[in-house]
Amino acid sequence: MSVAPVEVTREEADEEALVDKPWLTIVWNDPVNLMDYVTYVFQRVFGYPKPKAEKLMLDVHHKGKAVVAAGAREAMERNAETLHGYGLWATVSHDT
Amino acid sequence: MSVAGPPPEPLDPDDLALPEEEPMAGFRATSRGITARFAKPEAAIIRDLVGQVVELVVADIPAPGADDLAAMVGISDAAELPDDPVLARLLPDGYRDDPEAAREFRRFTESGLRSAKVESAKLLLQTLPAGGGRVRLSADEAEAWLRSLNDVRLALGVRLGVTDDFDGLSEDVLPDDPRYAYIQVYQWLAFLQGSLVAALS
Repeated sequence: MSVAPVEVTREEADEEALVDKPWLTIVWNDPVNLMDYVTYVFQRVFGYPKPKAEKLMLDVHHKGKAVVAAGAREAMERNAETLHGYGLWATVSHDT
Repeated sequence: MSVAGPPPEPLDPDDLALPEEEPMAGFRATSRGITARFAKPEAAIIRDLVGQVVELVVADIPAPGADDLAAMVGISDAAELPDDPVLARLLPDGYRDDPEAAREFRRFTESGLRSAKVESAKLLLQTLPAGGGRVRLSADEAEAWLRSLNDVRLALGVRLGVTDDFDGLSEDVLPDDPRYAYIQVYQWLAFLQGSLVAALS
């Protein structure tokens, strides 16, 4: 048996960090979508209770964007696809 | 984002004219479904605009790849954001700062997204009599209306150059401006869509 190296290589450390950090679904503000409609879509797509959906909608409205979900990359891509179906401006990004 | 205001004033004589005698009441939830009544010109405006969105969405579909299976499961060769700003808004990028990931995302989702938009539009057109009258929607039909009306508003919003300062735009556009009637229609559709969201909530 050999002794485990004390230091992990730089690449390995980066890879691990990458696995731990979730992917995000982000919704961006736009001037057309109605506030009530966006709240409705967040409730419908994510099953969020109305207060949470409303808070996220207001974050999008006031801050220009909001993270509406986090998790595995595939799930975030499905979210973005679903939100595009509702006409929301959604993107996927990696949490950094 | 914007807020649906009260029903706008009827339009002036024009082929876009809304009826003056009976103000639009919007959608209501009833025990027999979600209902609304449309005058003939109102139905005509909605059908025309929904039809225009369908034409835009089905036209200019990137040719399917040589791989029949790929076409069958909805993978297309579409890679780039469409040039037409309306189409670019209806079929947006899924990644903002990663062009390679955005291309992959589009290849796997754009074709399905286009089909879904056409399906919603078809369901709206099937449930809205060309001559106007009462519309009674199931939950699924109401959802299709919601998406389709939103697509029409997004398209109009891009063409009209709507920004967060909508009031500024509507003040700047005078009655002799070709955009004037469409701004009225845009506001009316916001009211209509807002009433549908309320009826579904």
